[in-house]
Amino acid sequence: MGILEDQQARIDQLGGIGCGRKRKEDARFIQGKGNYVDDVKLPGMLHADFVRSPYGHARIKSIDTSKALALPGVRAVLTAKDLAPLKLHWMPTLAGDVQAVLADEKVGFQYQEVAFVVADDRYIAADAVDLVKVEYEELPSITDPFHSMDPDAPVIRPDLDGKDTGAHGKRKHYNHIFTWEVGDKAETDRVFETAPVTVKEQIWYPRNHGMPLETCGSVASFDKVNGELKVWVTSQAPHVVRTVVSLLSGLDESKVHVVAPDIGGGFGVKVGVYPGYVCSIVASIVLGKPVKWIEDRVEHLAATAFGRDYHMTGELAADADGRIQAARFYVLADHGAFDSCADPTKWPAGFFNICTGSYDIKAAHVTVDGVYTNKTPGGVSYRCSFRVTEGSYVIERMIDVLAQKMGLDKAEIRLRNFIKPEQFPYQSALGWEYDSGSYEAGLRKVMEVCDYAALRREQEEKRKRGELMGIGLSTFTEIVGAGPTKICDILGVGMFDSCEIRIHPTGSAIARFGTKDQGQSHRTTYAQILATEVGIPSESIMIEEGDTDTAPYGLGTYGSRSTPTAGAAAARAGRKIRAKAQKIAAHLLEVAEDDLEWDIDRFVVKGVPDQAKTMKEIAWAAYNRTPPGLEPGLEAVEYYDPPNMTYPSGAYLCVVDIDRHTGEVKVRRFYALDDCGTRINPMVIDGQIHGGLTEAFAVAMGQELPYDKAGNLLGASLLDYFVPTAVETPRYETDFTVTPSPHHPIGAKGVGESPHVGGVSAFSNAVIDAFAHAGVTHLNMPYKSSTVWKTIHTLNLDQRA
Amino acid sequence: MSEQQTVGFTVNGERHTVSVPTRELLVHTLRERLHLTGTHIGCDSSHCGACTVDLNGRSVKSCTVLTVQAQNAEVLTVEGLAGPDGLHPLQEGFREEHGLQCGFCTPGMLVRAYRFLQENPDPDEDQIRTGMAGNLCRCTGYQNIVKAIRYAAEKQTAGSV
Repeated sequence: MGILEDQQARIDQLGGIGCGRKRKEDARFIQGKGNYVDDVKLPGMLHADFVRSPYGHARIKSIDTSKALALPGVRAVLTAKDLAPLKLHWMPTLAGDVQAVLADEKVGFQYQEVAFVVADDRYIAADAVDLVKVEYEELPSITDPFHSMDPDAPVIRPDLDGKDTGAHGKRKHYNHIFTWEVGDKAETDRVFETAPVTVKEQIWYPRNHGMPLETCGSVASFDKVNGELKVWVTSQAPHVVRTVVSLLSGLDESKVHVVAPDIGGGFGVKVGVYPGYVCSIVASIVLGKPVKWIEDRVEHLAATAFGRDYHMTGELAADADGRIQAARFYVLADHGAFDSCADPTKWPAGFFNICTGSYDIKAAHVTVDGVYTNKTPGGVSYRCSFRVTEGSYVIERMIDVLAQKMGLDKAEIRLRNFIKPEQFPYQSALGWEYDSGSYEAGLRKVMEVCDYAALRREQEEKRKRGELMGIGLSTFTEIVGAGPTKICDILGVGMFDSCEIRIHPTGSAIARFGTKDQGQSHRTTYAQILATEVGIPSESIMIEEGDTDTAPYGLGTYGSRSTPTAGAAAARAGRKIRAKAQKIAAHLLEVAEDDLEWDIDRFVVKGVPDQAKTMKEIAWAAYNRTPPGLEPGLEAVEYYDPPNMTYPSGAYLCVVDIDRHTGEVKVRRFYALDDCGTRINPMVIDGQIHGGLTEAFAVAMGQELPYDKAGNLLGASLLDYFVPTAVETPRYETDFTVTPSPHHPIGAKGVGESPHVGGVSAFSNAVIDAFAHAGVTHLNMPYKSSTVWKTIHTLNLDQRA
Repeated sequence: MSEQQTVGFTVNGERHTVSVPTRELLVHTLRERLHLTGTHIGCDSSHCGACTVDLNGRSVKSCTVLTVQAQNAEVLTVEGLAGPDGLHPLQEGFREEHGLQCGFCTPGMLVRAYRFLQENPDPDEDQIRTGMAGNLCRCTGYQNIVKAIRYAAEKQTAGSV
């Protein structure tokens, strides 16, 4: 059945799913009218700053605040001693551990928060920080996680003394946090013993940082008269912050008002609760004045949660044709001084068990050991759904290693191992049910467009001339959209998400969500989903998030969960609206409900197209002419608990040329084909992909947070930490296939994180592929020119003819 | 701690006189005294460019300029880009080409691009990338920012013919 011209015009007018409408967010941002946390200014507001530890591991012998307090304009200097009577000197972490809000007798990482200075302005606060005298006794540090569980290792956490059980079971050493195991060990081991081919590689995913351009911060304002607390905070999950603040402070949750205003990028860094938030709240309650805390860039990189730091041992077993029979992975996870990993409660290693990737692997086993070191706590997912990037990286690396060992082409080995379309829903050996995928179709399209065979021929010729060229493939599968609530919660709150919509009498609407945009374009794309579902133009639908007083409860935006959860809630709330609208339309048209059919923006009497009521007409009637027994108004709320996660995938190809005399890696071509299911806004999707790929490029080529043996962080400023400019950043070509998720109301899967997850492997595989002919199977990231040059030089590949 | 000094300067065409401690940074004066919060602070060390403003016809990082250095200066911030006829072509370009996501780098990008297009009214892609290298973006991967600046260059060139 074709679409009539009139219908197409009405579809275009809606600006619904599939159109590339311009963003609703932009008007404010391009005119300097954003409202970020540091833009919040309240009468009498004070400014705060931290005294931080210069040592990685030390006992605090004394803290003398007298000189700081004597400085005019200083209002308070808080230490653990001041917080202890309120029981706020320690706080629970999302991972079931506790973290010191202000160092309690000892520090466990460099830049740890020791004292909180509050002053009339930020300059005085900074002066006062220098006047706080802290006497330390330095202790030996552990910065190599492989030595955390040595028999004579220094004790990092005396507060856990004697506790041989943690939040995730037995602890086997005082610096051990958890062991997490999944899969069939006996069967996996058995396959490995008999398999014709096995490969093993030691792969480190370095410690890095999501580093949004806006640092973290909060403004807390306690109203003593009403006993109410308002907090503006850089949070990707403001409702969770409200619950945590209520639990910690003892204030009724109804008296805690948390607002996440505009957020200048999050990338997972802004999921957790940081000491600065807690201290600004306590200071405001104590002083009765608003208190602002905004961290600077060094503090952000040094003390706010890092990403990754997984030391992985990957093993694959295959038959003689390169078909993978089993996978075995061991991970030593460096969590720093506190386990502040931001994962769903029951998942200490996140969804790392997606590590069988896009391949049909019948037996697999994973063990992850988390350990303490004298480093910054964290382990948040840097634009990734809870350790998915680490899992995806290890399998995408290992399949290349296997191909190399067997002399197989790296595309061919993937084609031999892909899960086939008819196998979906697919039960993975590590416990997931993949919803849908078209892996082979994606890779074949990329190979054809990029003429993969010609690239390999070119590489062969270049190698003969001594030139270094690498071709990297990544055919990844992600897992995003947590819940379902039965397996995913944060501090006991199930990971659903929500949408509440109200249609006004004149036919425009407001919809509020439990998620929180940080650049993902929710105001634009949620309105598109609703437009298609309720037949009101997206231009007439206002979207709001972030104010916990007005928005329905939700678990926030991270792990590419907004479209799979809140996007689904939007569709279903829209359908509730439509169901009520149908009743009203039937009443107005004096026909039975079943006599009506939905037509883009109206209900039409079947077979009588001129007998119709538009949504605009129905909205008006909802406020004055509802049928008997039906309450007035046109509103709906949906709390959506997804039945499963969604599984976006992609096929990426990256071509690099490496200068064998300088080690400089140049990305010649990057082709990214993504399958995120139903595409809501192609313009926004492309933007997400460009951004995620650029982060992946940064990770592969330079991002790291290295420590020396004494626990000094070497690289916590933009002098050292690599953030690519427009000059280094490659150009990208994007493409797509569409394999809808069968369980999502509109078939959408989420896309924000795919380019990061899949991109890192593509860049890494390309660089390593350039050295494959020299027998190299793995090189750890990041591929800075200096380290790449060392590889070249060691392999004697820089000889001049 | 720090002596006060009176500084007079023009911001977005409007004359201001402020009394500031001599150590006060221009970005704080703009944001906290003049309430022009479009200019952002991203790093305090001149690396990220979120605080870029135009000072006497040059792009500067206002997080490392003292307000006293702006004595009698002409300053332009993002709030001064749009004219009485509406948005500046760069603002339009960023919207049309999806040159922003979280919006935090955007004011600095726009103000830098404003100066850059006066230095080079018809730049090619490589020139744009080099000309914008002092401004970091974590969201867009720059590809659409380049397009947005080309959009504005074309519109301005067409307008001046």
